[in-house]
Amino acid sequence: MIVQSLKGIGASAGIAIAKAYRLEEPELVVEKRVIDSIEAEIQRFTAAISQSTSELEQIKEHAFKELGEDKAAIFAAHLLVLSDPELINPIKDKITTEKVNAEFALQEVANMFIGMFESMDNEYMKERASDIRDVTKRVMSHLLGVTIPNPSMISEEVIIIAEDLTPSDTAQLNRQYVKGFTTDIGGRTSHSAIMARSLEIPAVVGTKTGTTDIENGVLVILDGLAGTVIVDPSADTVKEYEEKKATYEAKKAEWAKLVNEPTVSKDGQHVELAANIGTPEDVKGVLENGGEGVGLYRTEFLYMGRTQLPTEEEQFDAYKAVLEHMEGKPVVVRTLDIGGDKELPYLDLPKEMNPFLGFRAIRLCLEMQDMFRIQLRALLRASVYGNLKIMFPMIATLDEFRSAKGILEEEKQKLLFEGQQVVEKIELGIMVEIPSTAVLADQFAKEVDFFSIGTNDLVQYSMAADRMNQRVSYLYQPYSPAILRLVKMVIDAAHAEGKWAGMCGEMAGDETAIPLLLGLGLDEFSMSATSILKARSQILRLSKTEMKNLAEKALQMKTTSEVIEAVKEIMK
Amino acid sequence: MAEKLYTIIDDAGIHARPATLLVKSVSNFNSEINLEYNGKSVNLKSIMGVMSLGIVKGAEIKIVASGSDENEVIAAVTETITKQGLGQ
Repeated sequence: MIVQSLKGIGASAGIAIAKAYRLEEPELVVEKRVIDSIEAEIQRFTAAISQSTSELEQIKEHAFKELGEDKAAIFAAHLLVLSDPELINPIKDKITTEKVNAEFALQEVANMFIGMFESMDNEYMKERASDIRDVTKRVMSHLLGVTIPNPSMISEEVIIIAEDLTPSDTAQLNRQYVKGFTTDIGGRTSHSAIMARSLEIPAVVGTKTGTTDIENGVLVILDGLAGTVIVDPSADTVKEYEEKKATYEAKKAEWAKLVNEPTVSKDGQHVELAANIGTPEDVKGVLENGGEGVGLYRTEFLYMGRTQLPTEEEQFDAYKAVLEHMEGKPVVVRTLDIGGDKELPYLDLPKEMNPFLGFRAIRLCLEMQDMFRIQLRALLRASVYGNLKIMFPMIATLDEFRSAKGILEEEKQKLLFEGQQVVEKIELGIMVEIPSTAVLADQFAKEVDFFSIGTNDLVQYSMAADRMNQRVSYLYQPYSPAILRLVKMVIDAAHAEGKWAGMCGEMAGDETAIPLLLGLGLDEFSMSATSILKARSQILRLSKTEMKNLAEKALQMKTTSEVIEAVKEIMK
Repeated sequence: MAEKLYTIIDDAGIHARPATLLVKSVSNFNSEINLEYNGKSVNLKSIMGVMSLGIVKGAEIKIVASGSDENEVIAAVTETITKQGLGQ
């Protein structure tokens, strides 16, 4: 028996052993045929509709139980599409008058509607085209006799094999049965990877050929630590991995004991381990994993997945909830970082050639000030409920920082004038993700209270390599001496002015990067909540003085691989 | 024939969820029911028809029903619209 092993990127730690479940979009090929019996064809169509209806009803019920009324509502709309007379009657008419097969009639009518919605001015309406596509695809699959898989209906232990998973796909996964997943595309920072870490299920992404090499139902071992997928393993291999799995789980239990321990290096130096969060619900995970603060609260989730801007009250409630639940621990809130790969359809912004280099984050907020001011007011009002720090994203020049700070100050004065309570001194910082800002950090440090280095973007801007582009992914090198030098400039600049420097990119929780960052003098490490305990156990074993020597050597190295080798050597 | 005018007050207009409720509220009536807005008229029993109008906040819409149960239709629509805070 040939044991096949695929190499990908370990996106979420842990080991899973289960049967493969291919989550694939079947290809639906429609041919135009002349039919003999109109009556039989219409009956075939009606049957496909009723099969689809009962399937959707099941999905709706499941979504209601597992995900709540909110998520189930969309399926109620989908069901109505199935009974929509404006869809059904034209299809039946077409079958009758043109004597064509049901598949062809369905395709023609569905495409007409999809095209109509796609051509609308309103982004929200444009998105409805995908709902119609979804529903009609289901009917089509019944007509053609192919099955479309549905992740929420899985009822045995499986490992999902997919080309890619969207955030909504991942949200539908049932943790009881889905033991892990692997995708052909994506990297450590893609949405599916981030979701896997928050669901705490192992994942390997970017295998390139997973969907071509792995058949449905075959046994698969998923090693999210090493980033490998083993297809159809021998009994010995299964045994070996069962042991690895047990060891890993024991280690995890060991880490769990560190929840209430401080993060102190072997030579007694304290650093802060904080978490990145997206919603108030994430705070629970932060505290359970022993987070000493929130190093990055991504506020854009408040703005996404809706049809209009969130109100000041909605935002105030969210910020207040996070601050209160963190009980006085520091919470760094990043103001709206939209644009780039994160769009808000209702803002109706023009498409850009280079969204990552375009009108986004603070650039957009300084222009759309009405929206920005509402967020700042909500933050200022919430400041009295905890230890709030505010940070502006994508700052490229001191002028941008001064403008943002000026607007914040204006809103603060207005609130005080209205008799509202606002904390007197709120620390104000910036994200350092643009290389020019890192280079000029000494000047910024005179005016800001802290830096938070956003490595995901800093690396892609420094190396001029799109981090979602597979073909240039070899250039995404956070351990490059070039990046380390930039990081050092930022940390040194902060310390020279008595300020602190943190990091909130994926790099901060990476076990190869941690020794280097500790040596470079980083004060705060902000990462996925689930990485905190592992990082803490690692730092407890490291001496900061020794890591300083390591970092100094690394800064003088020529290539990324030399740096990785040096870290491996010292971690032995 | 029975008809009635409404003004939409929901901030998001008639998006997917209220459209679902509106269509559901009339799907079991026999009458022919149309929704008129902005010079266009669509079948109120059609979710895609209703959605395609892109009805926004502040819109004036007219519901026209004709058939044996036309008055009940108007009552049902009015109930849905006011109960959901969709319009007045």
